[in-house]
Amino acid sequence: MKARGEALPTQEMLINMGPQHPSTHGVLRVILRTDGEVVVNARPDVGYLHRALEKIGERVTYAQFMPFTDRLDYLASMNCNAAWAWAVEKLAGIEVPERAEYIRVIVCELNRISSHLIAFGSFTADMGAFTPFLYAIRERERINDLFEEICGNRLTYNYVRIGGVSADLPDRFLEKTKEFLDYFDPKIPEYNDLISYNKIFVHRLANVAVATPEDAVAYGLTGPNLRGSGVRFDLRRNEPYSVYPKIDFDICVGTGERGTVGDCFDRYMVRINEMRESVKILRQAIAQIPDGPVMAKVPRVFKPPVGEVYFRAENPRGETGIYLISDGTVNPYRLKIRAPSFVTMNIFEKITRGLMIADIVAVIGSFDIILPEIDR
Amino acid sequence: MLESLAISLVDAVPVLSGVPLWTITLLIMVVVAAVVLTFALTYAGLATYVERKVAGDIQARIGPNRVGPVGILQFLADGIKLLLKEDIIPAKADRFLFVLAPYLVFIGSFAAFVVVPFGVGLIASDLNIGIYYVMAITSLVVVGVLVAGWASNNKWALLGGMRAAAQIVSYEIPVGMALLPAVLIAGSLSLQDIVRSQGGLFGIFGWNLFHNPFTFFSFFLYYVAALAETNRTPFDIPEAESELVAGYHVEYTGIRFAFFFLAEYGDMFVVSSLATACFLGGWHVPFLNAEALPAVWGNLFSLGVFLGKALGLVVVMMWVRWTLPRLRVDQLMRMSWKYLVPLTFFNLLGVSLWLLLFQGRGIPQMIASLFG
Amino acid sequence: MEPKAIFEAVRATFGEAVSELQEEGFRPAFLVVSPEKVREIGRFLRDDPAMKFDSLMCLSGVDYPDRFAVVYHLHSLGIGHRIGVKAYLPRESPSLPSVDGVWPTANFHEREAFDLFGIVFEGSWDLRRILLPEDWEGHPLRKDYKYPEFYHGIKV
Repeated sequence: MKARGEALPTQEMLINMGPQHPSTHGVLRVILRTDGEVVVNARPDVGYLHRALEKIGERVTYAQFMPFTDRLDYLASMNCNAAWAWAVEKLAGIEVPERAEYIRVIVCELNRISSHLIAFGSFTADMGAFTPFLYAIRERERINDLFEEICGNRLTYNYVRIGGVSADLPDRFLEKTKEFLDYFDPKIPEYNDLISYNKIFVHRLANVAVATPEDAVAYGLTGPNLRGSGVRFDLRRNEPYSVYPKIDFDICVGTGERGTVGDCFDRYMVRINEMRESVKILRQAIAQIPDGPVMAKVPRVFKPPVGEVYFRAENPRGETGIYLISDGTVNPYRLKIRAPSFVTMNIFEKITRGLMIADIVAVIGSFDIILPEIDR
Repeated sequence: MLESLAISLVDAVPVLSGVPLWTITLLIMVVVAAVVLTFALTYAGLATYVERKVAGDIQARIGPNRVGPVGILQFLADGIKLLLKEDIIPAKADRFLFVLAPYLVFIGSFAAFVVVPFGVGLIASDLNIGIYYVMAITSLVVVGVLVAGWASNNKWALLGGMRAAAQIVSYEIPVGMALLPAVLIAGSLSLQDIVRSQGGLFGIFGWNLFHNPFTFFSFFLYYVAALAETNRTPFDIPEAESELVAGYHVEYTGIRFAFFFLAEYGDMFVVSSLATACFLGGWHVPFLNAEALPAVWGNLFSLGVFLGKALGLVVVMMWVRWTLPRLRVDQLMRMSWKYLVPLTFFNLLGVSLWLLLFQGRGIPQMIASLFG
Repeated sequence: MEPKAIFEAVRATFGEAVSELQEEGFRPAFLVVSPEKVREIGRFLRDDPAMKFDSLMCLSGVDYPDRFAVVYHLHSLGIGHRIGVKAYLPRESPSLPSVDGVWPTANFHEREAFDLFGIVFEGSWDLRRILLPEDWEGHPLRKDYKYPEFYHGIKV
């Protein structure tokens, strides 16, 4: 290195991986300083999708804010809806009927599968294998069909309400979900055969961008990113909410099977395995769901008591935290959304030192970030 | 050869006897070039259609099926669309080089069609340095790609151009060395000679593929190195859509972009036809002796067989593209220099030793001689 | 550990810097601390073997009716308990030490609080606007924020 610097003066290149780029999963701008192909510094620049959701939250009522949570992470819309509902119910002490909780868990887990499918598909498409993306979309279309039956929408559902869900499950919904699960079960081993253990794919991802467990915790990584670094922590297990205590499932952790623990391949495999676990959860939830009402009695003009609450839910991308301050009126006083992708971007600059430009794309994909969440 | 053709033409059509011979020769050359170019462009257009259909099949969907009977006129619609697009040249780009680059790439790719042995007598020009000529002229593509990357005044294009140049240049060595076994067996660089050397009574076993284990290996090495030469996945880093936003041709629009595109498909065909000619028996028709047939039938059958084999290899390239992810650029270079170069080198050594030990006979010949 | 026990333990070490424990109607409970001691208290909470708050879940700015506050939500992965830390700041030039040396994850949160509230975090290794453009004027989440008429000549 020293000899090269003395013999041939080289200059760093400043490249803008601009807001418009096919593989930055949204309007993310990364300012790259590279020495040839090796990245010296990669700084993310976010904020291109800032819509002032927190300020809007102070103007609308608690129920009116529900559609805004859809647009927070549009690939896991049910999860964001439910997180908001659970936070407000924790603040106001509302008791949700059990059937509604089971329905919420069912739709959240279905949405988790669909979100991980997109993460899997777009990640392999970024790596150059375009075909798995279309297979993932095909599976996801079936989930979208199920959701269309429930609430009429295929992307931003606005189905969960404060106190329950907006409508009961339609006829034969549970049978159709079971059919989908039976159809989906053999797909994951098929994807593993096709692409997950493909030598080229593994070589692209193994030992790239390793996040040690200590770094992962210190930098606030959560969800599959944290579990990919080997830390066995899942909110549905460690701080259970809703009906998760009644459901039995495993926590998927990265094991460094093809490289080091905490590299891109581990994070990817955690998502693949989580899809399997979600199928397990769904089967149990469908078996256990009781009859009953789907909406608690919530007053029309809803004024929760004065207080502050912090609630966090396990979203497909990590831990979505909602810090809610109420001053007794119909509008929230302060509403802070702790988005998992926002916090994940913090480690980006540190973890990309010394990688190649092609690896930047792998890192962005393996962290599974989504821009509306980052920018709110 | 063209001269004799010109003379026979003048004899047949007396009215041309007033015209000097060189004019007739020139006219014949122009006609032949036009025929080859037409074939090349039609093939390139149809190849885009086939690629999309193959992609659709692998991806569990239907490809184009609106324009024409099974969507077969899609490439015409695409061509017209590209012709009608606005021609944008970036403000600070180097205008002359920017305009020149697509032509260089196109020439480098399509000039190689001259030595492709389509049939018994169907070759535009049977140069006695056939293989050498192909290797040389396809290197023009490197110049074109570098010029495109530089002239676009765009850092992404520059990166893509540099990567492409590095990749193509590094893979030229394995390509050349993997083709040499066929040259050694035939004893000539001319492609028609190489094809003829695979003839004889052995049918499919006369192919160079089965001549000895080293040539068998050589075919696959050549195919992999050729995939890298033509910038196809898994080696399509220079134009990696999702990373470099289409790399060196990011600033090109309309018909200029079409040139790059067509050149890639042309390259694929050239590479596949070299593989066919050198390893898969070229235009030898199974169960028949194509050279002994009357000219029309011999040419027809051999053309059909050759196109079948070459286009089959092209479809395999498309199949590979839609199945595998892509290699990172340093992994790509490592593969060439650390694996392919030594392998093709030892392969070549092995073939030379074999030919020395067994006096140029291959395994089928030796088995046949056992039975008298 | 119960919030009361945490409150007593921190108070024992830092004395008057820890003023009160907000428990009723607050989930999790909050330790109200004085802004200058935030970094030391944070380090104590992270390193003390009985506390081990190694995960900063969330850092937010709040605009209360009469003053600002910076709110920290802490969680311990090993032990599993949660606590909140709140530091009140005056409305004119709010500033306090940054905790990104204690929990590196704080950096983006602090930048957001700076961007939207104008709270300055001293000693932060990178304090710039994060969500809004670099040349935006004003801090939008403040209750007395006035929307600008024009931005770069475009009517807002």
